[in-house]
Amino acid sequence: MPEARTPKKPRRARGTKSAVHLLLRVNGEDREVTTAPHRTLLETLREDLGLTGTKHGCELGECGTCTVLVDGQPILSCLALSADYEGREITTVEGMADGAQLHPLQETFADLGAAQCGYCTPGFLLTAKALLEEKPSPSREEIREALAGNLCRCTGYLKIYEAVEQAAARMREEGPRGGR
Amino acid sequence: MKRVRRSQVEIEGKLRERTEVVEEDPSPPWDDRARLRVAGRPHPRLDGRAKASGAAIYTQDVGLPGMLHARILRSPHACARVLSVDASAALALDGVRAVLTQENAAAIPWYGGTTRLLERTVRYAGDEVAVVAAEDEETAEDALHLIRVRYARRRPVLDPGTAPRGGKPSVYTRGNARKAVSGAPVVVAGSYRTPAALHQAFETHGSVARWEGEHLTVWDSTQHIFGVRKELAAALGLPLHRVRVISTFMGGGFGAKNECGKYTVFAALLARRTGRPVRCLLTRAEESLAAGCRHATVQTLRLGARRDGRLLGIEHRSLCDVGAYGTDGPMPVGGPARTLYRCAAVRTEEVPVRTNTGPHTAFRAPGYVEGTFALERAMDRVAEACGLDPLEVRLRNYSPGDPRGFRYTRKGLRECYRIGAARIGWRRRARLGRRGTSLRGLGLASQVWPAGGAPPSHAVVKVNPDATAEVLIGTQDIGTGTRTVLAQIAAEELSLRARDVTVLLGDTGAGPYSLLSAGSLTTASAGPAVRAAARDARQQLEELATGLARGKGGRPGPREVCREIGDAMVIGRGARGPNPEGLKACSFGAHFAEVEVDAETGEVRIVRYVAVHEVGRVVNPLTASSQVEGGVLMGIGFALLERRIEDPATGRGIAVDLLDYKLPTALDLPPIEVLFVPGADPRATTIGAKGLGEPPIIAAPAAIANAVAHAVGADLPELPLTPDRVLEAIARGRRAP
Ligand code: FES
Ligand code: FES
Repeated sequence: MPEARTPKKPRRARGTKSAVHLLLRVNGEDREVTTAPHRTLLETLREDLGLTGTKHGCELGECGTCTVLVDGQPILSCLALSADYEGREITTVEGMADGAQLHPLQETFADLGAAQCGYCTPGFLLTAKALLEEKPSPSREEIREALAGNLCRCTGYLKIYEAVEQAAARMREEGPRGGR
Repeated sequence: MKRVRRSQVEIEGKLRERTEVVEEDPSPPWDDRARLRVAGRPHPRLDGRAKASGAAIYTQDVGLPGMLHARILRSPHACARVLSVDASAALALDGVRAVLTQENAAAIPWYGGTTRLLERTVRYAGDEVAVVAAEDEETAEDALHLIRVRYARRRPVLDPGTAPRGGKPSVYTRGNARKAVSGAPVVVAGSYRTPAALHQAFETHGSVARWEGEHLTVWDSTQHIFGVRKELAAALGLPLHRVRVISTFMGGGFGAKNECGKYTVFAALLARRTGRPVRCLLTRAEESLAAGCRHATVQTLRLGARRDGRLLGIEHRSLCDVGAYGTDGPMPVGGPARTLYRCAAVRTEEVPVRTNTGPHTAFRAPGYVEGTFALERAMDRVAEACGLDPLEVRLRNYSPGDPRGFRYTRKGLRECYRIGAARIGWRRRARLGRRGTSLRGLGLASQVWPAGGAPPSHAVVKVNPDATAEVLIGTQDIGTGTRTVLAQIAAEELSLRARDVTVLLGDTGAGPYSLLSAGSLTTASAGPAVRAAARDARQQLEELATGLARGKGGRPGPREVCREIGDAMVIGRGARGPNPEGLKACSFGAHFAEVEVDAETGEVRIVRYVAVHEVGRVVNPLTASSQVEGGVLMGIGFALLERRIEDPATGRGIAVDLLDYKLPTALDLPPIEVLFVPGADPRATTIGAKGLGEPPIIAAPAAIANAVAHAVGADLPELPLTPDRVLEAIARGRRAP
């Protein structure tokens, strides 16, 4: 039974309005999409590319749920126009793992209970990934600041901090691995 | 053996009489002597990796070939008559496949029959008027703007203080409260207000519907798959077996997803009409307008006490703004006044009033959060009036049993007080004071919540040839960790590891009935059912071992038995047994907050927080502590930040996005300590556990308000404690003698 969204074939987007053809680089792969010119990166990822790991929470830039990385920097994909991101390196939660090997952040989020309902988790993971790439040993205060734009209604954030701290420690010990 | 009995159950704080079909569960309860290996120990969520890898599929992620997208047109007016709806221009738009309006949609009764799916009268700004299904979301959205609606506006009712009654008040009395209070040497009276608050789960409400011939499958973000199936089947006039409801992963509910939504019916109707699957998801703005709220309250409270602080009488009356349709009556705002303290004379009254605002729903401990705020604020004032420490007043009024005349299975509130007071350093309270512009305060609040679970809940356990197992149960995991906790329970009984067990839930087509995931019911209801089923399977394995032993010599272990019998697998079944007669099972807690108030800005900072709970056995300390942390933070939001706001003239929602509706962020989290009173409650359930979903939010606003009141030296009659209200209280505190 097809439970996951099946990626749609590129089709002419919506009757009279013109479609654009884009070449996007997502999780290390070149992906061609034909889509409406005004589609947000969030909708392109979810609807056109079937990458539903990136969630929408508000679509107004207020919650961080839709965070993805562009050239390593977190952006809110609900505010980004897909057409502006050709040729950039886009990373979504699906691109964090190295094959079957999860990124240390994904492991610690799972092991320490940082994902409750899990809906906000992909956004937190990518924000944290960008943080750890810039600062391999962030203080609790730096983690708080970095994550303050991502909202979560379930966890109370504490387990998320702990997961980031533990992932940072693991990554320092093991050296860089996994992820892109 | 099933039998029928009359019994009382208390769900979401409301006591109801009902006829219950009960099935005895012979499992001997796991008491403190039970030596458990898996249940009672921290275990990571079994679905943690699915969530952290982006692989978990939520309703919002379900995409089906040929699927259409539906969007809802909502009334901009809080009260109006819909004169006409002209959808012709919308239908003419390229990509639009169908439009539902009051003209062409079946007249399905809604909100308990008080209205219909699409009605001629709209009663709040956000009420549904029409629905469009189109090839994509953007086209559906564009089409909404092309629908011409003529409204005849009426003046909306918006002030709960002057709003008409919305149903019968619910009244409780014991003794003569009025007389007891009036004759008391110490009387504390006050009026307390709490705002309407929004759940704001991160996954908005939504459904995907697909017909296969006569059979309807619906993916729904819900807290009650079987409830949705029942309501949906009734709405569409279908037999139950043709409706299947699936909720594999869901992004939070908090009470707003206990029932079938209109969007679900819209999706099903449009899917039938177009012959295509249809997805109908709410936007964040719709979520804020039309997906339920904690109802606002205006509470008046009078406590009468002796000079030694002992309560003589409690009078509590609350006006509850149930909104335009609220069908479940007012929430049990008087619950804490009825049950928290020993007091012979109590009268509580919850009066529903109807305004032209979005309908209310349950919201994490509905009524109790609001009622605890008022009662615990007033108890601090009794302490002050009697010259006593607030903790001492609570201990003097401690009620070992339910003061309505029931015994408890266990009550660990006294231990909560003791542990929490020691951790926070309660004895420093008298010495806290002002330093420059910084005012320090320490506050506490107590909590009671009916959390013993109830039947019916059924489970099936299949044991595979390789001695792994699957649990089939029609409950759902709304983010609390139900999958993991149920796997731990089955693993315990079957002598397996939790990761050798897969729990298949969230599908009415797969598992037998289990209750809704609300009212802190799930662990205490589904948990014993799973244990009973696993125990049944284990006993069958043991019998088979005896049979196999005769032929072979040695008696084979369970693993060998499984291998030996192969695909003739053992299938266990079990049901949640009845609750003990005459006993009430409640969860208890005490929260302690230390705050710093800036006397110049009125800003409140929580310096330290200690939350202590007694919930019987904690089946999974890892998931339990995140329940508490999240519940406390949600309570902090209700105490300091959150309120739904309407334009007082038009009734239109003002704070309908997450910029204006303030949720607590990572920066709002104080240092918080989570503690549990050790020990099981084997009289409550066979697994010795009670519920924990709601307790953590109940005491938080009260504890914070008490701490702030202590810091500023004045009462705080209204939540949230915004800087302007705090400054006003500081000014009052200064004027006070
Ligand atoms: S969905 Fe993009 S910030 Fe909320
Ligand atoms: S885990 Fe549910 S919103 Fe964060």
